[in-house]
Amino acid sequence: MFRNQYDTDVTTWSPTGRLFQVEYAMEAVKQGSAAIGLRSSSHVVLACVNKAQSELSSHQKKIFKVDDHIGVAIAGLTADGRVLSRYMRSESINHSFTYESPLPVGRLVVHLADKAQVCTQRSWKRPYGVGLLVGGLDESGAHLYYNCPSGNYFEYQAFAIGSRSQAAKTYLERRFESFADSSREDLIKDAILAVRETLQGETLKSSLCTVSVLGVGEPFHFLDQEAIQKMIDTFEKVPEEEEGEAEVAAPAEQGGGADGLGDQDVAPMEM
Amino acid sequence: MTFTIPIDNGDALKNAETDSQRTLYPYVTGTSIVAIKYKDGVLMASDMGGSYGSTLRYKNIERVKAIGKHSLLGASGEISDFQEILRYLDELVLNDNMWDDGNSLGPKEVHNYLTRVMYNRRNKFNPLWNTLVLGGVKNGQSYLGMVSMIGVSFEDNHVATGFGNHLARPILRDEWHADLSFEDGVKLLEKCMRVLLYRDRSAINKLQIAKITEEGVTVSQPYSLKTFWEFQAFHNPTAGAQGSW
Repeated sequence: MFRNQYDTDVTTWSPTGRLFQVEYAMEAVKQGSAAIGLRSSSHVVLACVNKAQSELSSHQKKIFKVDDHIGVAIAGLTADGRVLSRYMRSESINHSFTYESPLPVGRLVVHLADKAQVCTQRSWKRPYGVGLLVGGLDESGAHLYYNCPSGNYFEYQAFAIGSRSQAAKTYLERRFESFADSSREDLIKDAILAVRETLQGETLKSSLCTVSVLGVGEPFHFLDQEAIQKMIDTFEKVPEEEEGEAEVAAPAEQGGGADGLGDQDVAPMEM
Repeated sequence: MTFTIPIDNGDALKNAETDSQRTLYPYVTGTSIVAIKYKDGVLMASDMGGSYGSTLRYKNIERVKAIGKHSLLGASGEISDFQEILRYLDELVLNDNMWDDGNSLGPKEVHNYLTRVMYNRRNKFNPLWNTLVLGGVKNGQSYLGMVSMIGVSFEDNHVATGFGNHLARPILRDEWHADLSFEDGVKLLEKCMRVLLYRDRSAINKLQIAKITEEGVTVSQPYSLKTFWEFQAFHNPTAGAQGSW
């Protein structure tokens, strides 16, 4: 995508019917570090890569609990993500207060999408620069949605967003048909394996990823580091070797190697 | 879109002129509602009377209505406020249906919504002068609850409003048990309604019994209860009281 004379304002259409500012906002999502979501008929797993800016700092929080039955993983401008998570928590709690009943996740994502759409149609606003993977329950079971800065939302069996997410998506595409009937443990394992794909050969350690689970009869919670490491140990016996199932993508696939700081031209606020 | 709880101008108290706009006393009222959980769902009984003070003015008022797919609402107290509540619920159910997403408001959600409405109005010193009974079935679970005009809200296996609290509930406490059949449930409700008919001056002998199960709502046609007036004490009512009284 190159600069052009129609991309200054979100309220300016291009002659080919595009809103470039919205598309640039979607680029910001692609620069953030990866977030992955998958669901079975009864559970949703959200996982993400944690990369701290430097060894001195802690890593950015990218998965948020919205309610006992809804969680969200973000990629892109994490500040925007934090604010939207707060909005989601607020909507959820207001619904619970009035109806003493959990807000169906399908309705929450529509509220969220409508909120994002507003920012694509006001000259004094900018689109949110964050993609959200919303996992939650409603009457018809477990759901996973992706909310886009454009104001669109889609339902997925499994999805990955952020940098190097294509590797994870490829892995998920091969396996997704079995997810609906997956057990909780298999679902978590697949999530961690998908995270590994985005690391491009870097050793998978529990300190590098955050995994969260929610399901029917299981409120949203994070898995602790030991549980994650145990799961990693079941399929990565020797750190250097790549085991059977994982497809090894060509090491030089995308720029910005496996060093801890990620791409050089990613702004510090984006992680 | 969020559902706004319907509230009106809170400045009513400050301005004497608008003072007359808040509810001070009821005008046309309905008397008791009696409701029980039974094997397949909930049964609710009410008479069809609307009193204007001590006059039994209206005799064809339906005080039990279906709400959405899963609930039944019965009301005693001010009839116009009941109609207002029905409008709010109509809007609520409409918005719920417009989502068209497989989720629907169950009796618990409706009960809690009504509790919020009643309590909010009470806090503004402008109550909806009703005691509401909300019953329903969703996903095999029966639900029965009550909200009063001051926002007191609770659930139970059997509820009654107004005089029913004093006359019907003792009967229900003794004779209600889980898994009543439909016939036994109706018999039990009729027993309560008969006592109310004898003893509540604002009750009329024209009642409806509504039933809600997983399949849906049925409201019976209005009918009357048999009464017995040939008690000895009624034959010569002034026997024990000589004099002008």
